[in-house]
Amino acid sequence: MLPVISFYLISAVAIAAAFMVVASRNPVHSVMFLILTFFSAAGLFILMGAEFLALLLIMVYVGAVAVLFLFVVMMLDVDFAEMKRGFFSYFPMGFVVAGILLAELVVIGASYFSGNTDTPAPREDGLSNIEAFGNVMFTDYAFFFEAAGLILLVALIGAIVLTLRTRDGVKKQNITDQISRTRESGVEMVEIESGAGIGE
Amino acid sequence: MLSNLIMPAIFDLPNWEDMGDVQFFWLKVAVVVGFVLLLSVILAFLILADRKIWAAAQMRRGPNVVGPFGLLQSFADLFKFVFKEIIIPAGSDKALFILAPIISLTMAFLAWGVVPVAPGWVISDINVGVLYVLAISSLGVYGIIIGGWASNSKYPFLGALRSAAQMVSYEVSIGFIIVTVLLVVGSLNLTDIVVAQGHGFWNWHAFYLTSPNALLIAPVMFYMFILFFISALAETNRPPFDLPEAESELVAGYQVEYSSTPYLLFMFGEYLNITLMCAMTTILFLGGWYAPIDIGVQFVPPVLWFVAKCGFVFFMFAMVKAIVPRYRYDQLMRLGWKVFLPTSLLAVMWVSAWVVFIRGGAL
Repeated sequence: MLPVISFYLISAVAIAAAFMVVASRNPVHSVMFLILTFFSAAGLFILMGAEFLALLLIMVYVGAVAVLFLFVVMMLDVDFAEMKRGFFSYFPMGFVVAGILLAELVVIGASYFSGNTDTPAPREDGLSNIEAFGNVMFTDYAFFFEAAGLILLVALIGAIVLTLRTRDGVKKQNITDQISRTRESGVEMVEIESGAGIGE
Repeated sequence: MLSNLIMPAIFDLPNWEDMGDVQFFWLKVAVVVGFVLLLSVILAFLILADRKIWAAAQMRRGPNVVGPFGLLQSFADLFKFVFKEIIIPAGSDKALFILAPIISLTMAFLAWGVVPVAPGWVISDINVGVLYVLAISSLGVYGIIIGGWASNSKYPFLGALRSAAQMVSYEVSIGFIIVTVLLVVGSLNLTDIVVAQGHGFWNWHAFYLTSPNALLIAPVMFYMFILFFISALAETNRPPFDLPEAESELVAGYQVEYSSTPYLLFMFGEYLNITLMCAMTTILFLGGWYAPIDIGVQFVPPVLWFVAKCGFVFFMFAMVKAIVPRYRYDQLMRLGWKVFLPTSLLAVMWVSAWVVFIRGGAL
């Protein structure tokens, strides 16, 4: 009983939040609803017994990706009147994209329900989620995993190379220089006659 | 036995396995409510302890008026906060402004759900406990960002951005530090992690002298312990890393516009996160509920060891606050990304190599 109630509660929240992502007027609110949608999806994963996926979803999407999203949206200076003016000119394109997505969902759903609809049973050997994932990723497909890692590394370095610009005349602090200063190089003791000043 | 006095028969652990849905639900709710209340009361005294330690380090008396030795100061503060007027700035986003502190506090409480305080004393003993704590603590940042943005004011926004950047950066190194512990234990379950450190302090991950060849990683594990402590300071926005609320630069950061109960919730959530980090340090590195030595101390109930260790880590938190000056923001970022991240990454490589080649695989 409890799982059923939880399922309907969480899915209702997920659908409502997903609707509000599109419907809410304030972009920051949209992002907040998006986060709620992710969260509810994670809840659904947990109900299905995929707790590792659920927590990964929260850590990666909610904890990192959505934070950056929120950053960008908050920094944007959004003009709502401007956004609304373009609404109807973008409408046909949006409609096409939505239609394609809907068609795909219907196809997937239909092919699922026409086949075997039994809930997949837990593994016999009692392997936990994370061990099963580990076996697949680091044993069966280790090279693909490493290739994916390499591609990400290239993308990372590429992003840094593209955005890094070195300019002249910028004052930068060199922490190593700062902390390797000694008393001898930093302090100079001078004898000063009273009234004469240091000279120079 | 003393443990029977503290944990009488009525508190014997219920059998969660064969129990009806309804009974399970209400019993869990009762346990959760009880734990939240207990945690809140403990927190009230921890806040007082923090202030007292801080005062002692500066040769002041600290709060000493309300109740004997000022013991009831936190409760007086609670009433003061609750009875004041809630001021919501006119230009703020009202819904999010109220929501932010609630998120902050809820996330702080949520993470406690998987923390085992004694054998079997855990609200939810899930087998990805560590990931859960990481995931929930990465959500705590939302309270701060939303609070800063919803205030619609400059200082809070700057504070929120700083805080978000800081928490996201130190989460990375915390993640790697935890991975070293996971590699050694071979499980993500917090109870398993504690059980792996039983029978003597030399088994604790902070020291890790279980076998002669463990000497190869013992220094690394101790270094990870120190790094975890420092990252925990940064993660919870404690001094010397309290830049989000640096009063000399940002007045009070994301909390500037908050007053009364919402402010109280923020502060409460912050301290709750600190206690969570104390508990995580205890569980990951200091052997959880186990006594330092097995001999002669069996009469002490395990939960007291846990509380004592958490209390010690909290004392260190308070001492650091009292004696260390605040970091500069660029130094903070440098420390996180250029020092902690590479060293913890190296440590992960070293420990995993040790697990595979020297110890010969997982336990």
